Amino acid sequence: MKNSILFQNARIVDPSCGRDEVSDLLVENGKIAKIEKNIQAPDAQNVDCTGKVIVPGFVDLHCHLREPGFEYKEDIESGTRAAAHGGFTTVCCMPNLSPVNDNAAVTSYIVNKAAQKGSVKVRPIGAITKGLKGEELAEIGQMKEAGIVAVSDDGKPVMNSRMMYNAIKYAADFGLKVTSHCEDTNLAGNGVMNEGYHSTVLGLRGIPRSAEEVMLAREILLSETLKLPVHICHVSTKGGVQLLREAKARGVQVTAETCPHYIALTDAEVEGYDPNTRVNPPLREREDVQAIIEGLLDGSLDCIATDHAPHHRDEKMVEYEVAASGISGFETAFSVCYTALVATGRMSFEKLIEKMTCAPAKIFDLDCGTLGVGACADLTVLDLKQNWTVDAKAFLSKGKNTPFDGKPLTGKVMATYVDGKCVYGEEAK
Amino acid sequence: MALQRKDLLGLKGVTAEEIKEILDTAAQLKPILSTGSKKTPHLAGRSIVTLFYENSTRTRMSFELASKYMSAAAANISASASSVAKGETLIDTGRTLDSMGTDVIIIRHPMGGAPHLLARHVKSSVVNAGDGMNEHPTQALLDMFTMREKFGDLTGLKVAIVGDVLHSRVARSNIWGLKTMGAQVVLAAPSTLMPVELERTGVQVTNCVEDAVREADVVMALRIQRERQKGGLLASVSEYNEFYAVNQLRLSMAKPGALVMHPGPMNRGVEINSDVAEGDQSVINQQVTNGVAVRMAVLYLLTRKNGRA
Repeated sequence: MKNSILFQNARIVDPSCGRDEVSDLLVENGKIAKIEKNIQAPDAQNVDCTGKVIVPGFVDLHCHLREPGFEYKEDIESGTRAAAHGGFTTVCCMPNLSPVNDNAAVTSYIVNKAAQKGSVKVRPIGAITKGLKGEELAEIGQMKEAGIVAVSDDGKPVMNSRMMYNAIKYAADFGLKVTSHCEDTNLAGNGVMNEGYHSTVLGLRGIPRSAEEVMLAREILLSETLKLPVHICHVSTKGGVQLLREAKARGVQVTAETCPHYIALTDAEVEGYDPNTRVNPPLREREDVQAIIEGLLDGSLDCIATDHAPHHRDEKMVEYEVAASGISGFETAFSVCYTALVATGRMSFEKLIEKMTCAPAKIFDLDCGTLGVGACADLTVLDLKQNWTVDAKAFLSKGKNTPFDGKPLTGKVMATYVDGKCVYGEEAK
Repeated sequence: MALQRKDLLGLKGVTAEEIKEILDTAAQLKPILSTGSKKTPHLAGRSIVTLFYENSTRTRMSFELASKYMSAAAANISASASSVAKGETLIDTGRTLDSMGTDVIIIRHPMGGAPHLLARHVKSSVVNAGDGMNEHPTQALLDMFTMREKFGDLTGLKVAIVGDVLHSRVARSNIWGLKTMGAQVVLAAPSTLMPVELERTGVQVTNCVEDAVREADVVMALRIQRERQKGGLLASVSEYNEFYAVNQLRLSMAKPGALVMHPGPMNRGVEINSDVAEGDQSVINQQVTNGVAVRMAVLYLLTRKNGRA
């Protein structure tokens, strides 16, 4: 393989510097060397990108790669191949593993395995508390040395407010943010879907929006009291967006993500009891979807994360109430967002790319999400005109659990490059 | 022939013609129950299995007798609720029954949507005998049958349903069925036991039992489970009885001769008082009889449509 690649005649969109122009892009030794029209590079491998768009590789602050411990659902190799298929070049994986990533040995295992088998860059998130039990702080400092980029007890909310108060301070000493899965587990009860008309008529136990919002409000107040940053996972409600909007207006150092399924789907999808619609927090209602989109537009929500949560088929081929929660999201994330936001005219393409690249990179202070000269050549080639239909069987993830199966989408990831190496696309084959 | 479905999973989406056909067929079959020889050949050669993941006496017995009176081969499977999580999957159990040539699987399950999951994966007809908080369609059919015996027509009837609506599959099936048949439905419960946005189904909702039963043609009490006290949904049985029970005073606010109904089993002195349950207006025992007739009709109509004659 040549050491240089010349992407010719692409529309290059890089929200980190406001670039949007048709140009050539030269990659040398894994770095972006030059972005100009009509670059002459006779030794370079040429990639004709006429009609295509090059953007910085997507950055995901929230995914589950399931290794170690749950390799039957996903492993680092399959998960990062799926990430590459979805246009992601950096992914941050949650610590709810077996063993839990609550110490440097597990962090190092993930980092080393990703270096050997990973198609994309993997940046682990460590646990806040040992065993995700909410009782004692995990060894956050040692995990930081081993490579974590944030801490979270994702999936097991820290119910003890004093513990969270301490964790925010302790993590900040190591320059890390707490990223919070906001759920009052008592209020959520045994709920399996959003509490509303559809839970009533389906006879399924509902989770009120307030189960998410009371904890989101708590995190905002802790952040405000401590004058320290907190990041909020997977915001799904209108009230949550409003809390964030008000907090940001008074200067609280809070950032937040939402997910493609909260942008594109409502709890009406649960009709028919398809367990692939079960996710936590649950799919909400039309007014929530509208508020989420407004929140992305006005900055109340900073970025889009996948919450890629692959599960084995057997964990979904059961009664709705006992089905595993989560959506295999890497391979539909961009297209779902493009279809719901950009194709409908609700958001500019540049804004969507910002929410998937430089905005998330900034939250965890990651060195990615840009096509600046000298940066790592992590980039994604898109065809915005392609219409395609989701086929879960064609996913590279082991998890085929998606409520988008069979749905028509617009905009497609054509190729993904990490450090100038093609990890998904024709060349990778 | 109106009923063309493979399964009866609920009354949501079932048409008035379909309900009418089931009730008419039940009316034709009911006299069999009072003859000396309760045996007809309607289901001869059919095999019918009840698959119950929850304890039940009356519903299971009602289906079993309905099957036997019509000459079907009937078998019962009891699966504990804990086997939902640990044992064979529902789909595997269903396929096993399918492979044994079962024509109808009658399922009761603690989780909403379980019959729907089963129905998608088996060739047999599936009848929902109660799924979690979702539906219990044959109960609502027998309730409507009982109302029709008294009033002839359900159009314009005011039906008050009082009790734990939140957890009640009986209430949900009755809402769908009664609305489809043109009745007016009013539900009363403490707010903690009322599901949200229920009024969007076209019913009236109140926390005042007196308002619900006033001028009602039918007063139906729903079973209260004592476990609800633990979750903060109600304070005590005696407080519930004082404010929400169907008692003689409240019944006197309904129309003269209004029917008193209960899906059973009753908690006397909790959601319904004995004098009302055993009073002249009570049709609780007729409901049980009608349950057999309605289930005979459902089983007959579903197997007739299977094309496996």
